[in-house]
Amino acid sequence: MADGDYPSELKYHAEHDWARVDGDEATFGITWYAQDSLGEVVFFEAPAVGSTVSKDAAYTEVESVKAVSEVIAPLSGEIVAVNEALAANPEAINEDPYGAGWLVKVRLSDPAEIETLLDAAAYAATLP
Amino acid sequence: MTGSIGPGPILPEVSAEIRRTPLYQEHVSAGAKLVAFAGWEMPIHYGSIRSEHLAVRAHAGIFDVSHMGQILTRGPGALACLQHLSSNDVSRLGDGAAQYSLLCRPDGGVLDDLFSYRLSATEFLTVTNAANHAADLAWFRAHGLNADVEIVDAAEDYAMLAVQGPAARRLVAGLGDGPLPERFQIRPGRVAGVEMLIAGTGYTGEDGVELLLAPADAPTVWRALLSAGAVPAGLGARDTLRLEACFHLYGNDLSTDRDPISAGLGWAVKEDSGGIGAEANAAIRAAGPSVRFIAFTLTGPGIPRPGNPVIDSDGHPIGTVTSGSFSPSLEQGIGLAYVLADHAAVGTPLTIDVRGAPREAVVASKPLYPKEPADG
Repeated sequence: MADGDYPSELKYHAEHDWARVDGDEATFGITWYAQDSLGEVVFFEAPAVGSTVSKDAAYTEVESVKAVSEVIAPLSGEIVAVNEALAANPEAINEDPYGAGWLVKVRLSDPAEIETLLDAAAYAATLP
Repeated sequence: MTGSIGPGPILPEVSAEIRRTPLYQEHVSAGAKLVAFAGWEMPIHYGSIRSEHLAVRAHAGIFDVSHMGQILTRGPGALACLQHLSSNDVSRLGDGAAQYSLLCRPDGGVLDDLFSYRLSATEFLTVTNAANHAADLAWFRAHGLNADVEIVDAAEDYAMLAVQGPAARRLVAGLGDGPLPERFQIRPGRVAGVEMLIAGTGYTGEDGVELLLAPADAPTVWRALLSAGAVPAGLGARDTLRLEACFHLYGNDLSTDRDPISAGLGWAVKEDSGGIGAEANAAIRAAGPSVRFIAFTLTGPGIPRPGNPVIDSDGHPIGTVTSGSFSPSLEQGIGLAYVLADHAAVGTPLTIDVRGAPREAVVASKPLYPKEPADG
């Protein structure tokens, strides 16, 4: 993957999270910048299906060898699926942050929140 | 830094600037991620802590440890000076021998952990931790001076490289002009045509050497070692390697709140040699420490981190994690902790409270990662 790749079909939260919205559901993950800053992810424990997440609040953690990073929910809702494969293969978050490295799928409680997210160009402009 | 004292304009105090080692440009060229560490801008990794760690375990890595400090103690009173300051028995050292010791307060609290090398009967070189160097130097001068000793800040005189791993000695010898020192020995030599001190010491649990050389020569030697096949390794891998080897990290596992006996460093404390802290350490040893320093492995998922509480099987707090990480060699969470002495036996089950998540662990024998025989 090219450095600093930010797909245009995704919506972005300034805390380095992305959402792929599909109707009233969305898939969440962390951005290329986030995984690059964190370094090799060595541990991710998925949150429980059925738990609720709130926009702008931490809902899980990803850990590299040296660091723990909270992951912020870009939108609010209830977790309906988690990426079980990451337990055995957390490096997918580095290798494919927008694909195999997805974290959770959420049924959105307030789809109007989508309007507050950034598009790819606006997010990329926030990065150092 | 030297400064003149005398009349002159009063200048505003300059805030401590971040310092760079003579290898800064080499790190940038090698793609390092640089971070602030103890006042220095140091490489944390060159892309992957894990692969650098594994390269040291399998082959050879090279670390820039030029941030570490050096104190030269010299003169007819040098031995008496160090014997008074050090927890260990410096009189046991022959010429060219190295020794680990603690710098203790009178109450046994650890000010720093040190390696001292006897260069001659009247000259000892002591390597300090970067964050403690200035305080150590002040302590040496406050408590170690006698009429026959000179205590010299030699930190600016040396760059320091650690070449570590099963192939490290072979690789360095291939660039050298003679036999390398045995473990815990130091001798002058040449590597890549550069005169230096070569020490058979390290901080990774692997065989290898540490090189002390003029800062201006460091890039030449660094490049020669890279060309010979050493992998540049950053402070991240240095930390995970020393953690697997169960070497203490000052600031995490040692502090003025800890004594060397509780820290499991009684082997480096020779109370009979009468150094500062000897009486306190003797008393702690005689009574038996109330807490002990243990290594543990998680038996399930999770990564312990410094500061995590340690809980017993009844839910009672019994200690604190002082170092914790993912182990690249073992591929599991590992750590070091101080726990109540009756929970310190190998095999004792523990729970680590990792930010509210209980993680099951067991007290493990040290080192956590056994050293493989060297091949070179």
